Amino acid sequence: MAIIEQKTIPLNGDEAVAYAVKQSDVDVVAAYPITPQTIIVERFSEYVANGEVDTEFVCVESEHSALAASLTASLTGARAFTATASAGLALMHEMVYVTAGCRAPVVMAVTNRALSAPINIHCDHSDVMAERDSGWIQLWAENAQEVYDSIIQAFRIAEHPDLMTPVMVNLDGFFLSHTLENVQVLPDNVVRKFVGIRQYPLVSDTQGKKVPFKLDPDFPLTMGPLDLPDYYFEHKRQQEEAMHIAPKIIKQVHDEYAKLSGRSYGNGFVDAYNVDDAEIVTVCLGSTAGTTKTVVDQLRSKGIKAGVLRVRTLRPLPVEDIMRALENKKAVAVLDRSNSVGGQGGPFFHEIRHVLYGAQSHPPIVDYVYGLGGRDMPPALIQNIYKDLEEIAKTGKVKNLVQFAGVRE
Amino acid sequence: MSQQPKGWKEISIAGVCWKPATDYHTGDWRSFKPVRDPKKCTKCLLCHIVCPDAAIQWNKETQDIEFNYDFCKGCGICANECGAKAIVMVQEGGE
Amino acid sequence: MITIKELTEKPELFTAGHRACAGCGPAIALRQIMKALRGPTIVTEATGCMEVVSTIYPYTAWNVPWVHTAFETAAANASGIEAALKVLKRKKRITHEHVDVIALAGDGGTYDIGIQALSGAAERGHDFLYVLYDNEGYMNTGIQRSGGTPLGASTTTSPAGTVIPGKTQHKKPIADIMVAHDIPYVATASIGYWQDLMAKVRKGLEVEGPAFLHVMAPCPRGWRSDTAKTMEISRLAVETCVFPLWEAVNGEYGLSPISKAIALKPDRKKPVEVYLKMQRRFAHLFQPKFQHIIKEIQDDTDKRWNRLLKKCNIPQVAVSKT
Repeated sequence: MAIIEQKTIPLNGDEAVAYAVKQSDVDVVAAYPITPQTIIVERFSEYVANGEVDTEFVCVESEHSALAASLTASLTGARAFTATASAGLALMHEMVYVTAGCRAPVVMAVTNRALSAPINIHCDHSDVMAERDSGWIQLWAENAQEVYDSIIQAFRIAEHPDLMTPVMVNLDGFFLSHTLENVQVLPDNVVRKFVGIRQYPLVSDTQGKKVPFKLDPDFPLTMGPLDLPDYYFEHKRQQEEAMHIAPKIIKQVHDEYAKLSGRSYGNGFVDAYNVDDAEIVTVCLGSTAGTTKTVVDQLRSKGIKAGVLRVRTLRPLPVEDIMRALENKKAVAVLDRSNSVGGQGGPFFHEIRHVLYGAQSHPPIVDYVYGLGGRDMPPALIQNIYKDLEEIAKTGKVKNLVQFAGVRE
Repeated sequence: MSQQPKGWKEISIAGVCWKPATDYHTGDWRSFKPVRDPKKCTKCLLCHIVCPDAAIQWNKETQDIEFNYDFCKGCGICANECGAKAIVMVQEGGE
Repeated sequence: MITIKELTEKPELFTAGHRACAGCGPAIALRQIMKALRGPTIVTEATGCMEVVSTIYPYTAWNVPWVHTAFETAAANASGIEAALKVLKRKKRITHEHVDVIALAGDGGTYDIGIQALSGAAERGHDFLYVLYDNEGYMNTGIQRSGGTPLGASTTTSPAGTVIPGKTQHKKPIADIMVAHDIPYVATASIGYWQDLMAKVRKGLEVEGPAFLHVMAPCPRGWRSDTAKTMEISRLAVETCVFPLWEAVNGEYGLSPISKAIALKPDRKKPVEVYLKMQRRFAHLFQPKFQHIIKEIQDDTDKRWNRLLKKCNIPQVAVSKT
């Protein structure tokens, strides 16, 4: 299949979300505004106001209701989308788990922002790290282009009848949400065809009949019951199973989309930049990869074998990909845009270090908590981290397991 | 009589219920049992609409009221509400 | 008007085999509501007694599509369902001409934790019927007080002690709050008057836009009352004007027949004592040191009743003799 001809338009990350949602034949959008996600709902409201979409836009009174309404719209058979950030995601927390447990294939954009207190509207990842274990698939974008592409892919992934698992697409607040980039967009009809019309898996009703999994008066189903110790565990085990099969579907959707658009992101799970022959590697999420790749280029020009591994799917965690990429390195640093207070490093560090425990060899691994509350991560700071890694690679010794990069003493 | 609970591979996703509540009998909760005197009963059917447990139904074939003791919890509302005083509550296990 | 005989022929959409306590008022309410439907319906329910007793996995007492998500979400759930139905119908992805949406919640899920979502859904104007089954407390979790628990009631978080006589606050006027949202239909109903209740369910479904139905449904366990007296207590709540029956159509208040009869013949209005006496949650009020609370309840009942009469444009009547 030939790559489709596409137009390039200037979009910031939030606008890229709204544009992708507009093209994806979404039935219901229920959302509540919060900085820095606001542009998503504003743009989408304009599409609705101008008749550019056939979508019910439910402008709810809170994020809790935003996800509750998206969830039940989804269970009624609609394609549903919502978006939030920070405190909004925290307020949703209860429903984040409920949505995954109800197996509602909602797609949600999370414009990552710090959590209060003190209140701060800028980027970090503490909001979404609190939802790591909720049962959602998590895609992380590096730039506005990937935001656009990932949102479209997310619907296909979430709604796959074998998966029925909600998907979050994470984009860094302001760094991506408010930064204008040239974004290539597919024609409307191509996206519409790619996402298709929702299909429903079959489930057993009280008569033992197989009926479509949705709230439909023709096939009355009871959803969201009281589940006691005799069955709750089984339902949680099913969610884990969905995560086991998710990589196959994520890959399939990613590759199919790549053929159409000409764009791919690593292997769909990790995006390894100069990692293969690297001796020292940093591991990061989101937009920081962009700056880090520039630093890697500089280091490479000096003959330093540096690389950066960007993780695109935090859930399901691509354990094998991360392990293969890192196990033979001389030193590894994790860049953590959130902290697990009192937990010896940030949550992302815990993830990566946990993966390496199963590796053939264990390179020294350290954590740099950086960028909290939107603190900048300039190239100089990243250069220092690679310098530390060179030292660790040389001596094999780790002086500080966890450091805070860019904080004043 | 209890069956082995099903494994996670055998049940539908998301906790969709697959047994009707009518498979579960609540009648054994009862310590008092409503007994109807057909001679006094006017078949007004008020008992049908005040029963919390849908345990009092009209049988079209027999053209009569039927108490379903599989579900009746013995609350006594029917006896209390019956205008004809046609229902009395009798202790279970008694004669 | 429908006869009971005809009702017996309607399917039990809320079936036997649910695990509500014996004599449960809310279970009666659900049976009556579900017999009043007019066509295809989706029900969503807040966490609470009725949710728990009716859907203990893998069993379900529901013969309509039904979904529960959380405690505070009944109205938000209904919003999502209604929005989905609208757009799916527009896109011809569902075939039903119309599907009614009912949100069910108890007093905890309505007066307290769910009021924000309810207020939001009412303001947005979704076409759905919200039914509050009010058993005046968090009964499922062991009888704690809610915003719907009346003055003087002893609950496990407002226990009648030696110093404090049960709940010291009044019941929130939730139905009036909903009228203030300027929605097309708000009504109160009681399981003690099933024809009135069912007619109101039907009206609530028939109006376009949000409808709110406040159903009083005694809880023998939490009210410490005789299981056989559930209906009797329900009627007494109306007859004492503790819980008058009325409806507000497009904001215009009007009394329902039974309460209107009391308004027109004030000597039919019973003193609150007869209602309180049947419930041991009020037993402590009959001790000499707490008896002033009974007067306070009577005064408050009269005040609210007179206020209601004014709203219904019915001339005020003398306060009942106590």
